[in-house]
Amino acid sequence: MNFTFTEDQQMFAEAARSVLTAEVTSDRIRERWSTASGLDRSLLKQVQELGLPGMLVPEALGGLGLGQTDFVMMAQTCGYVACPEPIVEQVMVTAPLLVDVLDKGLGDGSVQTALDALQSGALVATGHPINPFINFSEQAEWFLLGHGEGLYLLPANAVTVKPSKSVDPSRRIAEVTFEATDAHCLAKGESGAALWRATLNRGALATAAQLVGLAQAMIDQSVRYTTDREQFGKAVGANQAVKHLLADVAVQIEYAKPVIYRAAYTAEISPTRADLAVSHAKVAAARAALLASRHCLQAHGAMGYTWECDLQIWVKRAWALAREWGDEGFHKNRIHEWLLRPNALLGPDLTFGRGSITDSVAA
Amino acid sequence: MDLRYTQEQIAFRDEVRSWLEANVPKTPLPSFDTAEGFEAHRAWERTLAQGNWGMVTWPEAFGGRGCDLLEWLIFEEEYYRAGAPLRVNQNGIFLLAPTLMEYGTEAQKARFIPAMAKGDEIWAQGWSEPNAGSDMAAIRCRAVRDGDDFVISGQKIWSTRAVYADWVFGLFRTDPASERHHGLSKILVPLNAEGITVRPIPQLNGLPGFAEIFFDEVRVPAFNLLGGEGEGWRIAMATAGFERGLMLRSPARFQQAAKRLVELYRSRSNEVLDPTIEDAVLRCYMDAEAYALSTYQTASLLCGGGSIGPEASCNKIFWSELDLLIHETAMKLLGARAEIEPQTAQEFVDLGTWLDGFMFAQSGPIYAGTNEIQRNIIAERMLGMPRK
Repeated sequence: MNFTFTEDQQMFAEAARSVLTAEVTSDRIRERWSTASGLDRSLLKQVQELGLPGMLVPEALGGLGLGQTDFVMMAQTCGYVACPEPIVEQVMVTAPLLVDVLDKGLGDGSVQTALDALQSGALVATGHPINPFINFSEQAEWFLLGHGEGLYLLPANAVTVKPSKSVDPSRRIAEVTFEATDAHCLAKGESGAALWRATLNRGALATAAQLVGLAQAMIDQSVRYTTDREQFGKAVGANQAVKHLLADVAVQIEYAKPVIYRAAYTAEISPTRADLAVSHAKVAAARAALLASRHCLQAHGAMGYTWECDLQIWVKRAWALAREWGDEGFHKNRIHEWLLRPNALLGPDLTFGRGSITDSVAA
Repeated sequence: MDLRYTQEQIAFRDEVRSWLEANVPKTPLPSFDTAEGFEAHRAWERTLAQGNWGMVTWPEAFGGRGCDLLEWLIFEEEYYRAGAPLRVNQNGIFLLAPTLMEYGTEAQKARFIPAMAKGDEIWAQGWSEPNAGSDMAAIRCRAVRDGDDFVISGQKIWSTRAVYADWVFGLFRTDPASERHHGLSKILVPLNAEGITVRPIPQLNGLPGFAEIFFDEVRVPAFNLLGGEGEGWRIAMATAGFERGLMLRSPARFQQAAKRLVELYRSRSNEVLDPTIEDAVLRCYMDAEAYALSTYQTASLLCGGGSIGPEASCNKIFWSELDLLIHETAMKLLGARAEIEPQTAQEFVDLGTWLDGFMFAQSGPIYAGTNEIQRNIIAERMLGMPRK
C-alpha cells in the first residue's frame, strides 16, 4: 500500500508544468478566440515533441507505454492553465481507445493510421454518445463515433459537422453526424458497448483532473487579487468573510484530489471496476470547480463580472467541463444504484475493495 | 502508487479482526460520561492493553506493537467495523502520548505511558480558559516555580473527561511577565491534588462530558513539566498535524457511520422521503471515502519519510461537517420519531444511537479550534492570504 506518486512521475509532471505554464498564458488564450481554428498549432507541436500524445500508448505501438496515474497530474496542469487544446482527451481518452481496438484486433489498417496520426500531433476526436457535441471537431482529422453500441472510425471527410457556440470562447463545439456503415464499423454489440464503457470512464477521469486544476487556478488568482485590492484601508482578502469563501474551495479541492488519484489508479489497473471510483471523482471535482467558480467570481467583486478579467477563462471552462462526460445526475445515479445493492462493498475495511482494488496482493 | 495491501497487512487485519470478534463487549457500554460507564470503559482499556492493542503505533516496550501509520489505519478500520467502545482515554493516547514520545524524558515516558496504556490513568485535557477559547494564547492560569515544584493557580474550562479522569495536561503561564504565546509551559497535573476543584458542566445531552477545573495553589513537582519551561506553545503546535489531528478522528469512524446511514436509507427507501435525502446519503458516502483516501495518502507520505504541510488544516473542517451531514440525514430519515431519546430495547432497535450522535456532531465544528478559526488558518497559512 503506497498512495504517493513516484519521483519519476513527479519529475515528468513538473517538466510538463513548466512548458504549459510558460506557453499557455491568458493573453495567448485570448488570441486564440479571434482565430478561425481556435488552436495554437505551435503548442500542439511542442506537446507532440515531448511525446505526450503517445504517453499511454504501448512502446510496441510507438508510444511511451505509461499509464493513467503517470498522466493524471499533467491533466490537472492542463486544467490549471486552462489549456484550450484537447491534449488531455487525446492522451487519456482517444489514444487508449485506439489501443483497445488494436488489442482486440478490430478494424482494418485505418486504426493504426489514426493512432499514428494522433502520435504525430493530429487531432483524433472521440464522440462518446453521452456527449452531445465534440470539441474542436472542425480541426480533427479522424473521428471515433458511436451509433447505438457500435464504434465507428471515420476520416474527417466522411462526417458532417454542425457547430454551436460555447459559453467558453476557448471551446469550438459541434454536433457531428455520420452514416453508420459496416465499412467504418470497428465494433458492435457487447464488444462496442465495452469499449464505450471504458472510454466513458477515461473521459470522466480526464475531465475530473482538469476540473480540480481549474479550481486551484481560480483560487490562486483570487488570492492574488484580494491581496492587491484594498478597501477601507486594508487588503480585501484580510476580511474573514472573503478568507472563508476561498478556504471552503480549498477544502473541496484537497479532498477531491485523492479521489481522482484512486480513480486513475483503478482505471489503469482494473478498468472494468472503475465505474464507482470514476463517478466519485467526477462528482467531487465538479463540485470543487463549480464552488470555485462561484466563490472566486464573488471574491473578485465587479471585476469578476467583466469580460476583461481573466477569471472568466477558468470559470466558463468549469461550467462546461462540469457537465461533459456525464453530468452530476449521471454520475450520482451510478453511485446511487450501487449503494442500493445489498451486496455493495461498503464500510471502513473496504476502501480499496475486498482486500484490494485488484483482489491481488502487493509485493 | 500501489493501492494493494501487502500479505503482512492482510494478516495484520485478520489478527485484529479475530481478536476484536472475541473480545468486544456484546452489548454497548453505558456512556463514559457517567460514573458507571467511565469505569466500564476503563475496564475495556485494560482488556485492550492485555492484548497489546491499546495503541498499536507505540513501541513494544510501552505496550504497543511498533506499527506504522498504515497499520494503524487498518487497526482503526477493524475497530470501528467491530463496533468497539469509544476510547475513554483518547486525550491521553491520541493527544498527550505523541507529545510525550517526542518531548518527554525517558523517566517521564516510563512514569506516564505504561499507566496510560493499562488504563490506570485516564487523562483530561486542559487547554481552554474562560478568556482563552479560540484565542488560546490568552491563557492566564499561572504555574509559579517554587524550588522543585510548580504552584498552579487559576482556572481551566471545557476540560473533556475531567469529571472522572485521573490526570489533566494543559498549558500554563510559567513566566508571569510574559504575554501571548511566550512563557507558556506544558504541565501534567493529578486531578486528586490538593487545591483542585472540579465542577462538572452538563453538555447538551445532560451528561457531564466536560468540566471547569479550579486550581488553588496546587503544588506539582517540576518533574511534571513536559519539554522546556516556556516551550509549551511550540510543543503544543509541533505535534498538531497528523498524529493529533487525524488520530483523534480516524476516517473509519465516519465510514462506519456512513455505512449505517446507507443501511438506514435502504430500509426506508420504500417510504415517501424528503427528496434531498438521496443526494445527502450519496455525499456522506463519498465524503467518508474521500476522507479515508486523503488519510491513506498522508500516511503513505509520512511512511515514506515525507512531511505534511498546512493543507492538513483542512481535515478538521471536512470531518466535522461530514459528521453533521451524516447525522442530520439520519434525523431526516427517522422523521418525527427522531426526537425520541431511546429508553426501551425496542426503541434502541428502531432508532439506534442516531440522536446521541446528532447531538455530539453539533460539537464537532466547535471543539479543537472552531471551524471559523480553521478557515482562517487555511486562508492565511495554506493560501497565503493577508492577516491584516
